[in-house]
Amino acid sequence: MATPTERRLPQYRPDPDGTHAPLDYAPYRSTALRHPKQPLVLLPQMLTEVTGPLLGPGRLGEFDNDLTRQHAGEPQGQRIIVTGRLLDGDGRPIRNSLVEIWQANAGGRYRHTGDRWPSPLDPNFDGLGRTLTDDDGRYEFTTIKPGAYPWKNHDNAWRPAHIHFSVFGSAFTQRLVTQMYFPDDPLFSQDPIFNSIPDEKARQRMISRFDLERTEEQWALAFQFDIVVRGREQSVFEDEEEDE
Amino acid sequence: MRLEGTPSQTVGPYLSIGLPWDDGPFVVPEGTEGAVWIRGGVYDGAGNPVPDAMIETWQADPDGGFDHPDDPRGKPAAPFRGFGRCPTDEQGQYRILTVLPGIVPDTSGAPQARHIDVSVFARGLLNRVVTRIYFEDQDNAGDAVLASVPEERRDTLLAKKDGDGYRFDVRLQGEGETVFFAV
Repeated sequence: MATPTERRLPQYRPDPDGTHAPLDYAPYRSTALRHPKQPLVLLPQMLTEVTGPLLGPGRLGEFDNDLTRQHAGEPQGQRIIVTGRLLDGDGRPIRNSLVEIWQANAGGRYRHTGDRWPSPLDPNFDGLGRTLTDDDGRYEFTTIKPGAYPWKNHDNAWRPAHIHFSVFGSAFTQRLVTQMYFPDDPLFSQDPIFNSIPDEKARQRMISRFDLERTEEQWALAFQFDIVVRGREQSVFEDEEEDE
Repeated sequence: MRLEGTPSQTVGPYLSIGLPWDDGPFVVPEGTEGAVWIRGGVYDGAGNPVPDAMIETWQADPDGGFDHPDDPRGKPAAPFRGFGRCPTDEQGQYRILTVLPGIVPDTSGAPQARHIDVSVFARGLLNRVVTRIYFEDQDNAGDAVLASVPEERRDTLLAKKDGDGYRFDVRLQGEGETVFFAV
Protein backbone atom coordinates (compact mmCIF):
# COMPACT_ATOMS: atom_id res chain seq x y z
CA MET A 1 0.00 0.00 0.00
CA ALA A 2 1.50 3.32 -1.05
CA THR A 3 1.79 5.99 1.58
CA PRO A 4 -0.09 9.05 0.37
CA THR A 5 2.05 12.12 0.14
CA GLU A 6 1.08 15.67 -0.52
CA ARG A 7 2.07 15.57 -4.16
CA ARG A 8 -0.02 12.49 -4.78
CA LEU A 9 -3.25 14.09 -3.60
CA PRO A 10 -5.18 16.57 -5.72
CA GLN A 11 -5.39 20.02 -4.19
CA TYR A 12 -8.19 22.47 -4.88
CA ARG A 13 -7.31 26.11 -5.29
CA PRO A 14 -9.44 28.66 -3.48
CA ASP A 15 -11.73 30.88 -5.50
CA PRO A 16 -10.38 34.42 -6.04
CA ASP A 17 -11.17 37.02 -3.38
CA GLY A 18 -14.56 38.54 -4.01
CA THR A 19 -16.13 35.37 -5.42
CA HIS A 20 -17.96 34.50 -2.24
CA ALA A 21 -19.87 36.63 0.21
CA PRO A 22 -18.45 37.49 3.61
CA LEU A 23 -20.19 35.48 6.33
CA ASP A 24 -20.96 38.74 8.13
CA TYR A 25 -22.99 40.93 5.81
CA ALA A 26 -25.10 43.48 7.63
CA PRO A 27 -27.56 44.21 4.80
CA TYR A 28 -28.67 40.55 5.04
CA ARG A 29 -29.85 40.74 8.62
CA SER A 30 -29.88 37.04 9.38
CA THR A 31 -26.09 36.90 9.26
CA ALA A 32 -25.82 39.01 12.44
CA LEU A 33 -26.16 36.17 14.96
CA ARG A 34 -25.06 33.37 12.67
CA HIS A 35 -21.60 34.29 11.42
CA PRO A 36 -18.57 33.01 13.30
CA LYS A 37 -16.62 35.82 14.93
CA GLN A 38 -13.42 33.88 15.49
CA PRO A 39 -10.96 33.59 12.60
CA LEU A 40 -11.22 30.42 10.52
CA VAL A 41 -8.42 27.90 11.09
CA LEU A 42 -6.70 26.64 7.96
CA LEU A 43 -7.52 23.00 7.25
CA PRO A 44 -4.91 21.41 4.99
CA GLN A 45 -6.46 19.38 2.17
CA MET A 46 -5.86 15.79 3.17
CA LEU A 47 -7.68 12.59 2.24
CA THR A 48 -10.94 13.50 3.91
CA GLU A 49 -11.03 16.87 2.16
CA VAL A 50 -10.01 15.80 -1.35
CA THR A 51 -12.50 12.96 -1.48
CA GLY A 52 -16.26 13.33 -1.29
CA PRO A 53 -19.51 11.48 -1.66
CA LEU A 54 -20.12 10.07 -5.13
CA LEU A 55 -23.89 9.93 -5.11
CA GLY A 56 -25.45 7.96 -7.89
CA PRO A 57 -28.75 7.09 -9.51
CA GLY A 58 -30.06 5.57 -6.30
CA ARG A 59 -31.01 9.08 -5.24
CA LEU A 60 -33.41 9.70 -8.13
CA GLY A 61 -37.11 9.10 -8.64
CA GLU A 62 -38.88 8.92 -12.00
CA PHE A 63 -39.93 12.55 -12.50
CA ASP A 64 -37.29 14.19 -10.34
CA ASN A 65 -35.90 16.20 -13.28
CA ASP A 66 -39.33 17.34 -14.49
CA LEU A 67 -41.09 19.42 -11.87
CA THR A 68 -44.12 19.81 -14.14
CA ARG A 69 -44.93 16.08 -14.11
CA GLN A 70 -44.81 15.25 -10.43
CA HIS A 71 -48.59 15.51 -10.00
CA ALA A 72 -51.70 14.48 -11.91
CA GLY A 73 -52.16 18.03 -13.19
CA GLU A 74 -49.74 20.61 -14.54
CA PRO A 75 -48.51 23.44 -12.34
CA GLN A 76 -49.50 27.02 -13.06
CA GLY A 77 -46.94 29.31 -14.59
CA GLN A 78 -44.52 29.57 -17.43
CA ARG A 79 -42.77 26.34 -18.36
CA ILE A 80 -39.03 26.65 -18.58
CA ILE A 81 -36.21 24.29 -19.44
CA VAL A 82 -33.07 24.88 -17.41
CA THR A 83 -29.88 23.36 -18.75
CA GLY A 84 -26.23 23.76 -17.95
CA ARG A 85 -22.96 22.04 -17.21
CA LEU A 86 -21.29 21.27 -13.94
CA LEU A 87 -17.60 22.04 -14.42
CA ASP A 88 -14.54 22.52 -12.30
CA GLY A 89 -12.37 25.60 -12.54
CA ASP A 90 -10.18 23.91 -15.14
CA GLY A 91 -13.13 23.34 -17.44
CA ARG A 92 -13.37 19.65 -16.67
CA PRO A 93 -16.91 18.27 -16.64
CA ILE A 94 -18.05 16.69 -13.39
CA ARG A 95 -19.78 13.52 -14.48
CA ASN A 96 -22.57 11.47 -12.93
CA SER A 97 -22.91 13.93 -10.13
CA LEU A 98 -26.04 14.76 -8.18
CA VAL A 99 -27.66 18.16 -8.79
CA GLU A 100 -30.54 19.16 -6.52
CA ILE A 101 -32.83 22.16 -6.91
CA TRP A 102 -35.65 23.74 -4.93
CA GLN A 103 -37.74 26.78 -5.67
CA ALA A 104 -40.94 28.76 -5.13
CA ASN A 105 -43.97 28.33 -7.39
CA ALA A 106 -45.04 30.75 -10.13
CA GLY A 107 -46.64 32.97 -7.52
CA GLY A 108 -43.46 33.14 -5.49
CA ARG A 109 -44.63 30.84 -2.70
CA TYR A 110 -42.76 27.85 -1.30
CA ARG A 111 -44.52 24.66 -0.31
CA HIS A 112 -43.44 25.04 3.30
CA THR A 113 -45.33 25.64 6.51
CA GLY A 114 -43.10 28.61 7.25
CA ASP A 115 -44.11 30.45 4.09
CA ARG A 116 -47.30 32.31 4.98
CA TRP A 117 -47.47 35.18 2.53
CA PRO A 118 -50.84 35.33 0.77
CA SER A 119 -49.88 34.02 -2.64
CA PRO A 120 -51.66 30.79 -3.53
CA LEU A 121 -50.08 27.39 -3.16
CA ASP A 122 -50.19 25.32 -6.33
CA PRO A 123 -51.52 21.81 -5.71
CA ASN A 124 -49.52 20.58 -8.70
CA PHE A 125 -46.13 21.95 -7.74
CA ASP A 126 -43.74 20.85 -5.05
CA GLY A 127 -40.69 22.83 -6.21
CA LEU A 128 -38.19 20.02 -5.73
CA GLY A 129 -35.96 18.48 -8.40
CA ARG A 130 -32.97 16.15 -8.69
CA THR A 131 -30.89 14.85 -11.53
CA LEU A 132 -27.45 13.47 -12.41
CA THR A 133 -25.02 15.12 -14.78
CA ASP A 134 -24.12 13.16 -17.90
CA ASP A 135 -20.66 12.37 -19.30
CA ASP A 136 -20.23 16.00 -20.41
CA GLY A 137 -21.31 17.30 -17.01
CA ARG A 138 -24.67 18.37 -18.46
CA TYR A 139 -27.89 18.55 -16.51
CA GLU A 140 -31.43 19.48 -17.52
CA PHE A 141 -34.59 20.29 -15.62
CA THR A 142 -38.10 21.12 -16.78
CA THR A 143 -39.87 23.36 -14.33
CA ILE A 144 -41.85 26.60 -14.15
CA LYS A 145 -40.40 30.04 -13.67
CA PRO A 146 -40.53 30.90 -9.97
CA GLY A 147 -42.09 34.17 -8.91
CA ALA A 148 -40.53 36.93 -6.84
CA TYR A 149 -41.66 37.08 -3.24
CA PRO A 150 -41.60 39.51 -0.32
CA TRP A 151 -39.54 38.96 2.79
CA LYS A 152 -38.97 41.03 5.89
CA ASN A 153 -35.28 41.83 5.61
CA HIS A 154 -35.87 45.54 4.99
CA ASP A 155 -38.70 47.85 3.96
CA ASN A 156 -40.68 46.48 1.03
CA ALA A 157 -38.04 43.81 0.39
CA TRP A 158 -38.58 41.33 -2.46
CA ARG A 159 -36.34 38.48 -3.49
CA PRO A 160 -35.60 38.30 -7.22
CA ALA A 161 -36.86 35.10 -8.85
CA HIS A 162 -34.34 32.34 -8.22
CA ILE A 163 -33.80 28.61 -8.15
CA HIS A 164 -31.66 27.10 -5.39
CA PHE A 165 -28.97 24.69 -6.60
CA SER A 166 -26.95 22.20 -4.60
CA VAL A 167 -23.96 20.41 -6.16
CA PHE A 168 -21.24 18.20 -4.73
CA GLY A 169 -18.40 18.25 -7.20
CA SER A 170 -16.13 15.30 -6.56
CA ALA A 171 -14.39 16.49 -3.38
CA PHE A 172 -15.49 17.83 -0.02
CA THR A 173 -13.71 21.10 -0.91
CA GLN A 174 -15.91 21.54 -4.01
CA ARG A 175 -19.30 21.37 -2.28
CA LEU A 176 -21.46 24.31 -3.33
CA VAL A 177 -24.95 25.64 -2.69
CA THR A 178 -25.92 28.58 -4.86
CA GLN A 179 -28.88 30.30 -6.52
CA MET A 180 -29.64 30.74 -10.20
CA TYR A 181 -31.17 34.09 -11.11
CA PHE A 182 -32.93 35.25 -14.28
CA PRO A 183 -31.66 37.89 -16.73
CA ASP A 184 -32.65 41.55 -16.32
CA ASP A 185 -34.49 41.12 -13.04
CA PRO A 186 -35.52 44.57 -11.73
CA LEU A 187 -35.10 43.37 -8.15
CA PHE A 188 -31.34 42.77 -8.22
CA SER A 189 -30.59 46.31 -7.09
CA GLN A 190 -32.29 45.93 -3.71
CA ASP A 191 -31.49 42.29 -2.90
CA PRO A 192 -28.80 41.88 -0.26
CA ILE A 193 -28.35 38.17 -0.89
CA PHE A 194 -27.57 38.67 -4.56
CA ASN A 195 -25.47 41.74 -3.74
CA SER A 196 -23.54 40.02 -0.97
CA ILE A 197 -21.08 38.85 -3.62
CA PRO A 198 -18.33 41.48 -3.63
CA ASP A 199 -17.05 41.02 -7.16
CA GLU A 200 -19.41 42.34 -9.84
CA LYS A 201 -18.31 39.77 -12.41
CA ALA A 202 -18.74 36.93 -9.92
CA ARG A 203 -22.24 38.19 -9.16
CA GLN A 204 -23.10 38.09 -12.85
CA ARG A 205 -22.10 34.40 -12.95
CA MET A 206 -25.23 33.58 -10.94
CA ILE A 207 -27.49 34.99 -13.67
CA SER A 208 -28.70 32.47 -16.20
CA ARG A 209 -28.73 33.19 -19.91
CA PHE A 210 -31.91 33.15 -21.98
CA ASP A 211 -31.33 30.32 -24.45
CA LEU A 212 -33.46 30.75 -27.56
CA GLU A 213 -32.09 27.59 -29.16
CA ARG A 214 -33.30 25.41 -26.33
CA THR A 215 -36.78 26.88 -26.18
CA GLU A 216 -39.50 24.55 -27.38
CA GLU A 217 -41.94 26.08 -29.81
CA GLN A 218 -45.44 26.48 -28.44
CA TRP A 219 -44.29 24.97 -25.17
CA ALA A 220 -41.43 26.30 -23.05
CA LEU A 221 -38.83 29.03 -22.63
CA ALA A 222 -35.26 28.03 -21.81
CA PHE A 223 -32.41 29.28 -19.64
CA GLN A 224 -28.83 28.11 -19.48
CA PHE A 225 -26.79 28.10 -16.27
CA ASP A 226 -23.32 26.60 -15.91
CA ILE A 227 -22.01 25.94 -12.41
CA VAL A 228 -18.27 26.07 -11.78
CA VAL A 229 -16.74 24.59 -8.64
CA ARG A 230 -13.14 24.88 -7.50
CA GLY A 231 -10.41 23.73 -9.85
CA ARG A 232 -7.38 21.64 -9.03
CA GLU A 233 -4.07 23.24 -8.33
CA GLN A 234 -1.47 22.61 -10.93
CA SER A 235 0.12 19.47 -9.64
CA VAL A 236 3.34 17.64 -10.36
CA PHE A 237 1.50 14.42 -9.67
CA GLU A 238 1.50 13.04 -13.20
CA ASP A 239 5.12 13.99 -13.95
CA GLU A 240 6.24 12.41 -10.74
CA GLU A 241 4.38 9.24 -11.58
CA GLU A 242 6.12 9.01 -14.94
CA ASP A 243 9.49 9.48 -13.30
CA GLU A 244 8.98 6.56 -10.97
CA MET B 1 -8.96 26.54 -19.79
CA ARG B 2 -9.50 28.31 -16.50
CA LEU B 3 -13.03 29.18 -15.40
CA GLU B 4 -14.07 31.45 -12.56
CA GLY B 5 -16.11 29.89 -9.78
CA THR B 6 -19.81 30.26 -9.16
CA PRO B 7 -20.47 32.17 -5.92
CA SER B 8 -22.09 30.54 -2.92
CA GLN B 9 -25.51 31.66 -1.70
CA THR B 10 -27.50 30.81 1.41
CA VAL B 11 -29.66 27.68 1.44
CA GLY B 12 -32.42 30.00 2.67
CA PRO B 13 -35.21 29.16 5.09
CA TYR B 14 -36.84 26.55 2.85
CA LEU B 15 -33.97 24.13 2.38
CA SER B 16 -36.21 21.39 3.74
CA ILE B 17 -38.11 21.38 0.44
CA GLY B 18 -35.17 20.21 -1.56
CA LEU B 19 -32.40 18.79 0.53
CA PRO B 20 -33.47 16.27 3.17
CA TRP B 21 -33.51 12.60 2.28
CA ASP B 22 -35.44 9.96 4.20
CA ASP B 23 -32.23 7.99 4.66
CA GLY B 24 -30.01 11.06 4.97
CA PRO B 25 -29.24 10.72 8.69
CA PHE B 26 -28.29 7.06 8.20
CA VAL B 27 -24.68 6.79 7.11
CA VAL B 28 -25.17 3.16 8.11
CA PRO B 29 -28.46 1.29 8.46
CA GLU B 30 -29.97 0.86 11.89
CA GLY B 31 -28.75 -2.34 13.49
CA THR B 32 -25.24 -2.04 12.04
CA GLU B 33 -22.67 -3.44 14.44
CA GLY B 34 -20.83 -0.67 16.22
CA ALA B 35 -23.23 2.03 15.02
CA VAL B 36 -23.36 5.20 17.12
CA TRP B 37 -25.69 8.17 17.09
CA ILE B 38 -24.14 11.59 16.83
CA ARG B 39 -26.71 14.04 18.10
CA GLY B 40 -26.49 17.74 18.65
CA GLY B 41 -27.93 21.16 18.19
CA VAL B 42 -27.03 24.18 16.10
CA TYR B 43 -27.10 27.46 18.07
CA ASP B 44 -26.76 31.10 17.11
CA GLY B 45 -24.92 33.93 18.84
CA ALA B 46 -27.81 34.50 21.27
CA GLY B 47 -27.73 30.83 22.24
CA ASN B 48 -30.99 30.16 20.42
CA PRO B 49 -31.43 26.96 18.42
CA VAL B 50 -31.30 27.33 14.64
CA PRO B 51 -34.29 25.43 13.21
CA ASP B 52 -33.44 26.04 9.55
CA ALA B 53 -29.96 24.56 9.36
CA MET B 54 -28.59 21.39 7.84
CA ILE B 55 -25.63 19.25 8.83
CA GLU B 56 -23.67 17.18 6.31
CA THR B 57 -20.98 14.72 7.33
CA TRP B 58 -18.20 13.04 5.34
CA GLN B 59 -15.91 10.39 6.77
CA ALA B 60 -13.72 7.39 6.14
CA ASP B 61 -14.99 3.85 6.59
CA PRO B 62 -14.02 1.91 9.76
CA ASP B 63 -10.74 0.88 8.10
CA GLY B 64 -9.87 4.49 7.27
CA GLY B 65 -10.60 4.15 3.55
CA PHE B 66 -12.58 6.26 1.10
CA ASP B 67 -14.58 4.77 -1.75
CA HIS B 68 -13.23 7.43 -4.10
CA PRO B 69 -10.80 7.44 -7.05
CA ASP B 70 -8.53 10.00 -5.40
CA ASP B 71 -7.75 7.78 -2.44
CA PRO B 72 -4.36 6.47 -3.65
CA ARG B 73 -4.59 3.46 -1.37
CA GLY B 74 -7.21 1.85 -3.57
CA LYS B 75 -10.83 0.92 -3.17
CA PRO B 76 -12.10 -0.32 0.19
CA ALA B 77 -13.35 -3.87 0.47
CA ALA B 78 -16.97 -2.89 1.06
CA PRO B 79 -18.88 0.10 -0.31
CA PHE B 80 -19.49 2.76 2.31
CA ARG B 81 -21.47 5.92 1.59
CA GLY B 82 -19.59 7.87 4.22
CA PHE B 83 -22.04 10.71 3.81
CA GLY B 84 -24.75 11.87 6.18
CA ARG B 85 -27.25 14.68 5.90
CA CYS B 86 -29.77 15.91 8.43
CA PRO B 87 -31.77 19.14 8.64
CA THR B 88 -32.29 20.54 12.12
CA ASP B 89 -35.74 20.23 13.65
CA GLU B 90 -37.87 22.88 15.36
CA GLN B 91 -35.53 22.70 18.36
CA GLY B 92 -32.45 23.08 16.20
CA GLN B 93 -31.44 19.45 16.71
CA TYR B 94 -29.92 16.99 14.25
CA ARG B 95 -28.86 13.35 14.44
CA ILE B 96 -26.62 11.12 12.34
CA LEU B 97 -26.27 7.34 12.70
CA THR B 98 -22.80 6.21 11.73
CA VAL B 99 -19.81 4.14 12.73
CA LEU B 100 -16.54 5.58 14.00
CA PRO B 101 -14.24 6.43 11.09
CA GLY B 102 -10.94 4.57 10.92
CA ILE B 103 -7.51 6.13 11.02
CA VAL B 104 -6.69 8.29 7.99
CA PRO B 105 -3.10 9.36 7.30
CA ASP B 106 -2.26 13.04 6.84
CA THR B 107 -0.22 14.33 3.90
CA SER B 108 3.04 13.18 5.48
CA GLY B 109 1.65 9.73 6.14
CA ALA B 110 1.27 10.32 9.89
CA PRO B 111 -1.99 9.06 11.37
CA GLN B 112 -4.72 11.58 12.09
CA ALA B 113 -7.09 11.12 14.98
CA ARG B 114 -10.48 9.70 14.06
CA HIS B 115 -12.49 12.56 12.57
CA ILE B 116 -15.55 13.44 10.53
CA ASP B 117 -15.69 16.51 8.27
CA VAL B 118 -18.84 18.56 8.74
CA SER B 119 -20.56 21.20 6.63
CA VAL B 120 -23.13 23.45 8.27
CA PHE B 121 -25.66 25.22 6.07
CA ALA B 122 -28.37 27.60 7.29
CA ARG B 123 -30.46 30.61 6.49
CA GLY B 124 -28.19 33.50 7.37
CA LEU B 125 -25.05 31.67 6.27
CA LEU B 126 -24.07 32.95 2.84
CA ASN B 127 -21.54 30.15 2.57
CA ARG B 128 -21.37 26.85 4.43
CA VAL B 129 -19.09 26.69 7.44
CA VAL B 130 -16.84 23.67 7.91
CA THR B 131 -15.81 21.95 11.10
CA ARG B 132 -14.51 18.57 12.22
CA ILE B 133 -15.88 16.14 14.77
CA TYR B 134 -13.30 14.38 16.96
CA PHE B 135 -14.25 11.99 19.76
CA GLU B 136 -13.43 12.69 23.40
CA ASP B 137 -12.81 9.04 24.25
CA GLN B 138 -10.43 8.38 21.35
CA ASP B 139 -6.70 9.01 21.10
CA ASN B 140 -6.46 12.58 19.81
CA ALA B 141 -2.81 13.12 20.67
CA GLY B 142 -0.58 13.97 17.76
CA ASP B 143 -3.34 15.08 15.41
CA ALA B 144 -1.83 17.93 13.40
CA VAL B 145 -5.13 19.67 12.73
CA LEU B 146 -6.22 19.61 16.37
CA ALA B 147 -2.77 20.79 17.39
CA SER B 148 -3.14 23.78 15.05
CA VAL B 149 -6.27 24.92 16.90
CA PRO B 150 -5.79 27.21 19.91
CA GLU B 151 -5.75 24.93 22.93
CA GLU B 152 -8.59 26.66 24.75
CA ARG B 153 -10.89 26.08 21.75
CA ARG B 154 -10.09 22.43 20.96
CA ASP B 155 -12.86 21.26 23.21
CA THR B 156 -15.43 22.60 20.73
CA LEU B 157 -14.33 19.91 18.27
CA LEU B 158 -14.78 17.00 20.67
CA ALA B 159 -17.98 14.96 20.53
CA LYS B 160 -18.93 13.98 24.07
CA LYS B 161 -19.94 10.46 25.00
CA ASP B 162 -23.70 10.46 25.52
CA GLY B 163 -25.90 7.37 25.91
CA ASP B 164 -25.82 5.27 22.75
CA GLY B 165 -23.44 7.63 20.99
CA TYR B 166 -22.08 11.13 21.18
CA ARG B 167 -23.23 14.70 21.43
CA PHE B 168 -21.73 17.36 19.18
CA ASP B 169 -23.21 20.86 19.35
CA VAL B 170 -22.45 23.56 16.81
CA ARG B 171 -22.26 27.11 18.14
CA LEU B 172 -22.10 29.48 15.21
CA GLN B 173 -21.07 32.49 17.26
CA GLY B 174 -20.24 33.76 20.72
CA GLU B 175 -19.37 31.91 23.88
CA GLY B 176 -18.03 28.45 23.11
CA GLU B 177 -18.04 29.24 19.38
CA THR B 178 -17.19 26.11 17.42
CA VAL B 179 -13.88 26.14 15.59
CA PHE B 180 -14.57 26.52 11.88
CA PHE B 181 -12.02 25.81 9.20
CA ALA B 182 -11.00 27.38 5.92
CA VAL B 183 -10.65 24.55 3.39
